[in-house]
Amino acid sequence: MKAAVIVFPGSNCDRDVAVALHQASGTAPAMIWHGDSTLPDLDLVVLPGGFSYGDYLRVGAIAALSPIMQAVRRHAERGGAVFAVCNGFQMACEAGLLPGALMSNAAGKYVCRHVAMRVENTDSPFTGGYDAGQRISIPVAHHDGNYFADDATLDRLEGEGLVAFRYDNDNPNGSCRDIAGILSDNRRVLGMMPHPERAADAALGGTDGAAMFTSMVETLS
Amino acid sequence: MSTEPNEIEITPEIVAEHGLTTDEYGRILNAMGRTPNRTELGIFSVMWSEHCSYKSSRVWLKTLPTEAPWVICGPGENAGIIDIGDGDAAIFKMESHNHPSFIEPYQGAATGVGGIMRDVFTMGARPVANMNALRFGSPDHHKTRQLVNGVVAGIGGYGNCMGVPTVGGEVNFDPAYNGNILVNAMCVGLAKTDRIFYSAAAGIGNPVVYVGARTGRDGIHGATLASAEFDDQSEEKRPTVQVGDPFTEKLLLEACLELMATDAIVAIQDMGAAGLTCSSVEMADKGGVGLELDLDKVPQRETGMSAYEIMLSESQERMLMVLEPGREDLARQIFAKWGVEFAIVGHLTDTGRFTLKQGGKVVGDIPVRPLVDDAPSYERPWEPTAPRPALAAADAPAPNDMGDALLQLVGGFDGCSRRWIWEQYDHMVMADTIAWPGGDAALVRVHGTKKALAISTDVTPRYCFADPVEGGRQAVAECWRNITAVGATPLAVTDCLNFGNPERPEIMGQLVGCIEGMGEACTALQFPVISGNVSLYNETNGVGILPTPAIGGVGLLKDADQRTGMAFQAEGESIVLLGETRGHLGQSLYLRDVLGRVEGPPPPVDLARERRTGDIVRGMIRSKLATACHDLSDGGLAVALAEMAIAGGIGATIDLPGTDIAPHAFLFGEDQARYLVTTTQPEVIQSMAEASGVPATVLGRTGGTELTVNKCLTISVEVLRDRHERTLPEHMAGS
Repeated sequence: MKAAVIVFPGSNCDRDVAVALHQASGTAPAMIWHGDSTLPDLDLVVLPGGFSYGDYLRVGAIAALSPIMQAVRRHAERGGAVFAVCNGFQMACEAGLLPGALMSNAAGKYVCRHVAMRVENTDSPFTGGYDAGQRISIPVAHHDGNYFADDATLDRLEGEGLVAFRYDNDNPNGSCRDIAGILSDNRRVLGMMPHPERAADAALGGTDGAAMFTSMVETLS
Repeated sequence: MSTEPNEIEITPEIVAEHGLTTDEYGRILNAMGRTPNRTELGIFSVMWSEHCSYKSSRVWLKTLPTEAPWVICGPGENAGIIDIGDGDAAIFKMESHNHPSFIEPYQGAATGVGGIMRDVFTMGARPVANMNALRFGSPDHHKTRQLVNGVVAGIGGYGNCMGVPTVGGEVNFDPAYNGNILVNAMCVGLAKTDRIFYSAAAGIGNPVVYVGARTGRDGIHGATLASAEFDDQSEEKRPTVQVGDPFTEKLLLEACLELMATDAIVAIQDMGAAGLTCSSVEMADKGGVGLELDLDKVPQRETGMSAYEIMLSESQERMLMVLEPGREDLARQIFAKWGVEFAIVGHLTDTGRFTLKQGGKVVGDIPVRPLVDDAPSYERPWEPTAPRPALAAADAPAPNDMGDALLQLVGGFDGCSRRWIWEQYDHMVMADTIAWPGGDAALVRVHGTKKALAISTDVTPRYCFADPVEGGRQAVAECWRNITAVGATPLAVTDCLNFGNPERPEIMGQLVGCIEGMGEACTALQFPVISGNVSLYNETNGVGILPTPAIGGVGLLKDADQRTGMAFQAEGESIVLLGETRGHLGQSLYLRDVLGRVEGPPPPVDLARERRTGDIVRGMIRSKLATACHDLSDGGLAVALAEMAIAGGIGATIDLPGTDIAPHAFLFGEDQARYLVTTTQPEVIQSMAEASGVPATVLGRTGGTELTVNKCLTISVEVLRDRHERTLPEHMAGS
C-alpha cells in the first residue's frame, strides 16, 4: 500500500498514525508537507489529528485551504481513499470531502478517554475487518468533536449506510445521533473523531483499532 | 512608568519600585561605577530578583547532592540531564507558575507549561511527557472552582496543542492555599547524548539570533511579581501575566529541532523569566564573553516600545541563540519553512559587557560579570520548626465505623480520583504512554525501544509543615517509592521549592529544614537533584502556604514488559504487605479528614529501610513474582487496598495480623517504606523478604466483589469506586 500522511503546522498525531500504518503494512508512509501542491500516486492519504493552525479561526478551517488540500480533493474525486482522524475529520468537513461540521463538545471541555463504540458499517476499506454491530473501545482526545448536520443529511447518512461508527451509550461530546465516524458517498473517505492509532498496540491499553489498519492494508494495496 | 524616558534621576522610590533594597542599589552603583539609567536599573532588578538570582536559597541549594555516575548535567543549565543508556538522554525540569496562575489561572498555567517545555527543548530534547503538581485552597473557598477550572484548562490547552502528553501529577486542597495556589509544571524530554545543546556563548563576532514570537508589552516585570507577596490588590497585576500561544511554540519546537539536526548552533537559551535580559546575560556570562544587541532588530508586536520594555518583556515562545558564522541562511530557511520569526539581533564581543543600542545610541551598557557574580546572596536568619509532641493514642481514637471512615478517605478531596482533571489532558498523544495518570508513576516508552521512563511528582505538605526535615525526606522517599512500585529504577529528581516569605525566620526555617531532609534522602537513595526552581513569597496578606517542596522524579525501566501496575490482576492471588507497620497516625489523612485534627509528628522516614524494602520489591516486580504493586501513602493500608480493588474491579478479603496495634491504626496509619503486592507465590515472596530483613505479611487474598477486612469492614468495590470517582465531578459541577 502506498500511503502518505499530510503534515500541517500544528499536526501532532502524524507520527502516531504513521507508526500504526508502518506496523500494519511493513512500510513507512510518506510524510508530505502541507505546503506542497501535488501528491504522488497513492492508495491512501491520511489527514492526521492535532491542532492545525492552532485551531485558530475554526477547527480545520485554515488547513482546508492549504495548498495540498487541492491535491487531496483531486485524489478523493478520483476515488482515492482518505482516512481523516480527529483534526483530519474536522478538515475533511471544512474541505467539503464529508458533510456536516464538528462543533465544540457539549460539556465545553477537552476530553481524552476510551469510549465505547459500535461498528455500523463494515462495507468500506476501513471497516471491513470488523463484524457489523461489533462493540469496540477506542480513545477520543478532542475539544471539538460534536458532530452536527441537518436532519436531512443525517437521515441520508443513516439511510445510505454511511455512518461508520456510533458511540455506544457513551457519547463524549454531544454528537448528533451518537455519530463517531462517517463515510463519503463512495465510502472511500472516512472521517472519525476517535483515534484508532492509539488502540493498535496492546501496551497502550487496547488493540480494537488495529483491525482498521489491517483492513486498509488488505483492501487498498 | 514604562514609557518614561531612559535617562531619569534614579530616586529611592524608583529603586524601591524595582524591588531593590538600598544595599542592593549600592552594589549596583559599585558594579556600574556610575548611576544606572532606567533600562540598566530594570535589568539589575530582574537579574537580582529572588526568581532569577535565588538570593535567599542559594546557600542552601548548594548543599543538595547533584551527582551520580548517570548524571550528564546537573543544576545550572536550562534543565538537568541523565544518561539512560544506548546513547539516549532524559532531560527534565520542574518550574512554578504560582503567582500568574492565581491572577489569571488559564494563561498562568498555560504559560507555565509552555515555559517548562522550552527549557527542555532548548537543550535539544523532544518533550515526551508533562507532569504537574497543583495545590488549591479549600474546595469550598469561593475562588477554588474557578481556579481549578482555569488551571486545568490552561495546562491542557497548552500541552494538548503541543502534542505532548500530560501523563500525571498530584493535587491537594488545603485552606493554606486559599490566597496563593501552586502550579508546578514538569517536562521530560528525550535527546541523544551526542546532540545536547548548552547555553554558553562562544566565538567573538558570532551572530546572536532571535527566533519565535514577537516581543510585546506583556509580562513586564513578571520575575519581580514572582518575588513579592500578594495582597488584596494583586488582581490588578493581571497585565503582568503573559499570554501563551501553543501553536507558535509547536512551530518553534519543530523548527528548533530541525535546526539542531544541523551543525549551525553554538549556544541556545530560551527566553523565560526576565525574557531577553536573562537569556542574553546568562549566555554571555557562561561563555565569558560580551554581547551586544541592536534593539531595533528585535521583532516587536507594537511600535514605540522603549528599551526598558523590550528588555523586560516576558512575551512567550521566544528563543535566543548564537550561530556558527555563515550558517545564518540555513537557519533562516528552516524558520521560514515553519513560519517562525527569525532575526539577527546582535553579536558576541570581547568587551565582557552587555551593550544595548537603540536608534543608533547606546541605551544600556553593563559589565556582565558583576551583573551575575555580584548578585546578592543572603544567609537569612532562620528558626527551626519546633518538634510536635507525639500523638497520644487517646487523641486518635477508632472511628465509629471503619467502613465509613474508608469511604470518607477514598471520597475525600485529597483521596478521591483525579480523573475529572486528567481526562482534560491528552495523556496518550505520541502513543508511548503505557501507564496512565492515576497509578503510582506514569510510564512513557522511549520511542522505538523497549525502555520506558517512570515519572512521579510528590510531596506531602502537611508533613513538611509539622516537621520540615522529615517532610523533606518523605517527599523524596515517596517519589522514589512510586517509581519503584512500577518496577523502574529511580535515577534523579528535579525540585520545585514553594515557600512563604523568606524574610520571616520561621519560613526560612521551613526552607532550610526541607532542603536538609531532601538532601539526606537524595543521598541515601542515590537520587540526586539535577534541576529545579525556587518559588518564595507565596503569601497573601501575611499568611504563608504550607511548605511545599515538590519533587519530580524520573526512573528507568530497561524492559517495559517488566512493568506492573496497582490493579488487582486476578482472583485468588495472595496479598502481601512488605515493610514494617507501627500504626503511625500523627499528621495522617485519617486524623485530619475523619477526626478533624491536625496533630502530632509526621511518620518518620528510615532511609536505609526505605532503600532495602524498595530494592527488594523492584526485584519481585521484574521477576514477575509480584503481579501488582502499590505503595502505601495517604490513608495507609486501607486506602491502598481500596485503590487496588477499584483499579482491578476485583475485591479482596484480608485479616489484620495479631499485633498490639489498634485495628484502625493498622489500617489507616501512614508508616513509610511499605508496599502491597499481589502474588501467586507468597512463600517465595516471604522468604526473599526475610532474607533481606524486610517484614512480609500475607494479609489475605483477592477475589469477589467486596473488600473485606475481617472484624473491621466490608464494602463492595462498586460502592468504593462510586465514592472515589464522584467527588470531583460533582463538586466541580456545583456552583
